[in-house]
Amino acid sequence: MSATLDELSLGRPSLARAKLPLWALMVTGLGVIVVTGLIRIATHMSSDVALLLIAVALYLVAQTMVSLSVEGWRHAKNRLMTSLMLAAMVLAVLPLVGVLGYTVAKGLARFDSVFFTHSMRAVAESDPNGGAYHAIIGTLEQVGIAALISVPFGIMVAVYLVEYSSGRLGRIVSFFVDVMTGLPSIVAGLFILALWVLALHQGNSGFAGSLALVILMLPTVVRSCEEMLKLVPDSLREASYALGVAKWITVVRIVLPTALPGIITGVMLAVARVMGETAPVLLTVFGNSAINTNPFSGPQASLPLFVFNEVGQSFDNAVNRAWTGALVLILIVLLLNLIARTVARFARVRG
Amino acid sequence: MTSSLQSTRHRSGGDTTFRLTAKGAGILVLLLMAAVAAFLILKAIPAVSQDKGNFFTSFQWDPQGTAVFGIAALAFGTVLASLIALIIGVPVAVGVALFISQYAPRAVARPLAYVVDLLAAVPSVVFGLWGAIYLSPNLIPLSKFLNHYFGWIPLFASTNQTYGKSVLVASVVLAVMLLPIVAAISREVFVQTPKEHMEGALALGATKWEMIRVSVLPYGKSGVISAIVLGFGRAVGETIAVAMVLSSTYTISPHILDPGGNTIAANIANRWGDANDSISQGALIASGLVLFAITLVVNFGARAIIRRGKAKA
Repeated sequence: MSATLDELSLGRPSLARAKLPLWALMVTGLGVIVVTGLIRIATHMSSDVALLLIAVALYLVAQTMVSLSVEGWRHAKNRLMTSLMLAAMVLAVLPLVGVLGYTVAKGLARFDSVFFTHSMRAVAESDPNGGAYHAIIGTLEQVGIAALISVPFGIMVAVYLVEYSSGRLGRIVSFFVDVMTGLPSIVAGLFILALWVLALHQGNSGFAGSLALVILMLPTVVRSCEEMLKLVPDSLREASYALGVAKWITVVRIVLPTALPGIITGVMLAVARVMGETAPVLLTVFGNSAINTNPFSGPQASLPLFVFNEVGQSFDNAVNRAWTGALVLILIVLLLNLIARTVARFARVRG
Repeated sequence: MTSSLQSTRHRSGGDTTFRLTAKGAGILVLLLMAAVAAFLILKAIPAVSQDKGNFFTSFQWDPQGTAVFGIAALAFGTVLASLIALIIGVPVAVGVALFISQYAPRAVARPLAYVVDLLAAVPSVVFGLWGAIYLSPNLIPLSKFLNHYFGWIPLFASTNQTYGKSVLVASVVLAVMLLPIVAAISREVFVQTPKEHMEGALALGATKWEMIRVSVLPYGKSGVISAIVLGFGRAVGETIAVAMVLSSTYTISPHILDPGGNTIAANIANRWGDANDSISQGALIASGLVLFAITLVVNFGARAIIRRGKAKA
């Protein structure tokens, strides 16, 4: 936003009207705190959340009344809406802080070496030991294979959309990539189940899970690659053509390398997204309490599935394992996000 | 983009191969979507034809025993939970989008947007865990409050005052999950509001809120509507978080505070374990097909709104 706009919108005191000074708002706030304290003493209300909500509501009412009496209804409304936006922002950040904080607090109990080096084989659900080694291996293999398939596939679709398509087919493909973005993960799982497991009788395996994840990764990879390829300036392509370089070599040697950092970012975000997918894995990989390092044969474990299964057990030790699994999952996903954003920031498409 | 140049150059064999490979990848996307529909239909038809009840109007889900199963209760539960999630989540999401795009200073806006995006990165199984273990007991006071003062509204009525794993909890979890999507898309359209509109409003003496109401909101309207529709699609398809939070029942009940409720997606996840004959598997695949159809319609709708909005702007 430009400086002029900011000055205007923050508003110099208008010529005709009084403006509420900051101390008046602070006094209002103090008054609300005092009143809330009195309510607490009078009603013996113990819930801090309820008291906080009462305080916020009281402040909004009080601020509107004070502003109404000094500045008029237009400014009172303006102040009310500003406060509401701020409240919405705080309200949106709360669940993130809540989920992360609660997961860390609960997950640290079993965040030990046993958890990372042992599987659940021959471990009863009520036992305090046992770990997610098998699940971590499974997740890494499944997501790795999914990435190996969907990245080249997605890049080729993006190349087609940006460099080659010039008509009806391109628009249709682009539209269906959008539709694929909205495909529920459980439907992707059901599809691979119907095709790979039921129709082709391949059985549950890590690879079947990878195929389901490919369907979920593909649209994200295509969209981010497409955005990046569009950012590559035409002058680079034209310079290459002028030197007599064939189009496909131009794409492979000039366009794709230029867009590479952006593509890496997109791929990592896509990987982070499918890393936590549970529903398709539940249907296709099936879960396993022992280590199975071969993704092409037999059911495997997976980290999100491990969390889902452990929380379904009614033993405290199992639920503790679920929390630690969730913590590991969050750490991996956040790390991928962080790396992706860093790559995006430090290596923009160079013109 | 570069087709005019292409015709002037000599075409090598590598060029043709590469072009055809790219085109093939594009066509493969179409085939993949067609295959999704085809295989779901293929596996659903035999099961639905053996259904002793009506697949669209039955409440029960008993494909193995009486062979009566239907998605009426599941579809109702899906729409109910998703709509309540929208009612909770959308005002907050639009508020967040306005705050980040219009109120926050630039230095704060970027990290805030990043934080909201992070919310979208949290895996749904973690939201499910949090919803089932933390949120569901902690929403009981609110449920009691709503039931005590607003119990005369059927939505907040309760048959046995037990609360706990209710549709309300699922809706709050879904609201948190659709919030980042709605907020991100809304933010993007709000940022694109023409500066002339905004400065014009301010020059006429509008307050900041009045400026937003007359310039930012009308400009972003179609974008926000399509964001809401896409958020609805996300909520409808969400599986594991809902499966972990709800204790599944097969009734149509508007009482969102009572334990129970179910959705199409959660039902698939919950019942898959004991579906070991072709009719119960086919029944679940048929319900997945319905879910697929719902999300297709929702997505078509959202894209159409975006396109119409673009044509107008």
